[in-house]
Amino acid sequence: MNLALFDIPAAVLLGQLMLGLINGAFYALLSLGLAIIFGLLKVINFAHGAQYMLGAFLALLLFRHFGIDYWTALLLVPILVGLFGCALERFLLRPVAGESHLYSLLLTFGLALIIQGTFTNLYGSSGNAYPIPAALRGALSLGFMHLPTYRAWVIVAALTVCLAAWLIIEKTRLGAYLRAGTENPQLMQAFGINIPFLVTVTYGFGVALAAFAGVLAAPLYSVSPGMGANLLIVVFAVVVIGGMGSIVGAVITGLAMGLIEGLTKVFYPQAATTVIFLVMVLVLLVKPNGLFGKEA
Amino acid sequence: MRKTTIKPLIATLAMIAAGSASAEISDKEIRIGYLADMSGAYRDLGGPGGLEALNMAIEDFGGQIDGAKIVVVSADDRNSPDVGANTTREWIDRRNVDMVAGLVSSAVTIAVTRILEENDKLGLVSISASSAITNEYCTPNHIHWVYDTYAMSNGTAKAIVREGGETWFILAADYAFGHAMEADVERTVKAEGGKVVGKARHPLASSDFSSYILQAQASGAQVIGLANAASDTVNAITTAKQFGLVDSGQSLAGLMVFINDVHALGLEATQGLQLTTGWYWDQNEESRAWAQRFHERTKRMPTMVQAGIYSSTRHYLQAVKDVGSDDAQAVRKQMMATPVNDMFTKNGRIREDGRMVYDMYLAQVKTPAESTGEWDLYKIARTIPAQLAFRPLSESKCKLVNKS
Repeated sequence: MNLALFDIPAAVLLGQLMLGLINGAFYALLSLGLAIIFGLLKVINFAHGAQYMLGAFLALLLFRHFGIDYWTALLLVPILVGLFGCALERFLLRPVAGESHLYSLLLTFGLALIIQGTFTNLYGSSGNAYPIPAALRGALSLGFMHLPTYRAWVIVAALTVCLAAWLIIEKTRLGAYLRAGTENPQLMQAFGINIPFLVTVTYGFGVALAAFAGVLAAPLYSVSPGMGANLLIVVFAVVVIGGMGSIVGAVITGLAMGLIEGLTKVFYPQAATTVIFLVMVLVLLVKPNGLFGKEA
Repeated sequence: MRKTTIKPLIATLAMIAAGSASAEISDKEIRIGYLADMSGAYRDLGGPGGLEALNMAIEDFGGQIDGAKIVVVSADDRNSPDVGANTTREWIDRRNVDMVAGLVSSAVTIAVTRILEENDKLGLVSISASSAITNEYCTPNHIHWVYDTYAMSNGTAKAIVREGGETWFILAADYAFGHAMEADVERTVKAEGGKVVGKARHPLASSDFSSYILQAQASGAQVIGLANAASDTVNAITTAKQFGLVDSGQSLAGLMVFINDVHALGLEATQGLQLTTGWYWDQNEESRAWAQRFHERTKRMPTMVQAGIYSSTRHYLQAVKDVGSDDAQAVRKQMMATPVNDMFTKNGRIREDGRMVYDMYLAQVKTPAESTGEWDLYKIARTIPAQLAFRPLSESKCKLVNKS
């Protein structure tokens, strides 16, 4: 049973790969949102981490003050945060839309700091516990590891949403507008498509994905204002590796990076936080547009 | 008016005789810089609450000493040694800061105390944990209050090994503090006849602890020692619970647990956890009264760190008052000559290596049934006497300790 590979029991290796997949599911969900936003708006959404945190916090506050349970929150929170995203796009991002990328980057970065700072001031930095819903408590025995049921659910939920998002974008009329809008907004406008509206909805959808990831994460990690900032840089690296704006690239790279990180944690844990950036450097050297990016 | 002894008088006379320091307060103001993590992972244990505690100490002196106003400046070091060092330099060069209080991340503290030594200013370290701060990194310009990794591991690890928890897996934060804690725990466990069967290090402010917990589980160790702090400890404990670590017979030892962590995690998740603490708000009449005052201002009970900031600042200001000067060496000498007697501790003593030694406590987290209120979280199991709690001077590597 102990298939010793570099002195590492197979059970440990499989266990770490499984955990890598869970982290990868989060990377995939978050980088998907970023990729969708970048694809149409060409905005590098630095507020993505804060929007993810907002999702987790909103779930926590709805539970605390209104007794709204996890399942309702999973649906309600992305809608609310998505609407907040629409408002941000309409009133803050649109005025700088024609300017250089730097404006929207700094704007979203500032927003992230403001949102995070406000929550730190209100709720402190220690983190808050969000209970795991009753139906998903306990653990599954996989033979090689003891996998908490909730984590198994995270993989299923995240992959389902990624798949659904991909189907919407690739197979529906709305998705076709969106892709066309990315290619040539002026022409689409000439065909009578309401591009400004499409842009607002797209941003809102990307933000809603971040909030969804936040609700998924709430029972897993402690809900704290810094939770998004810690994750964001890695997610950006994932998007760059996958190719800016590539939807399939974001999802596949997200999962792959989770696995690579998991493997690194087995063989050389200290490098686990840097390995993704190492991959990023290598990919940029060989394929400057990312693994799935189109030629510029 | 506090009791006046003849000691300060002698100290003052000795100073005048030696002609080493001018016995007056520089620029007619006592300037204190409060440097801490105000927004990151360590915010809740020191942070803005610590600044409030500092201000409480200043208020107790009426905001001035013999006509010299006490001025406070504060800054967020964001746990970065560069930011901390640059801020301190700016404070000393441009704002004439006499004393720096707070000081959280051990890495920041080691950088800042070096600058304080170069400029002969004083630092009161109340939040950092690395025991190296008064060992290989000791300077004649700082004093270390509250805990250090030696005392924390010595208290908790010793108690657990003696109760039969002999094999350990250490999960440490990957920077100065975690490394020091890891070394101190390993030493304590070995000295007590236990064994360390595995170790892992994680970066500061990690959110995902699952892979480390899995490694800890696979190691088969009886005890998983958490050589980290604040949100890292909270996340590690939450994850361990989800992976059924405690249900499968392993136990967790929080080596650096603060009351705000227990408050955040809830008693359900933390009950029975053993920990070492330098101070607990409910330890005696004086501490309760002070904690109540603090609670009125912040709506939270103080951590041991925040109490330590009050205690160290009060002791500092008293020394400034006694010698009538804010000269770093004169004040430090006076602080060492006077025992610490306040709401924080009785008969605390500052040693030549800058370590403030005092009685610590071994505490256990209450069960939900035992707790009578939101902040009724610990029961004190026993006192760890000062001479056993801290690293003895005979083992010191500090340049200030004369071992002949």
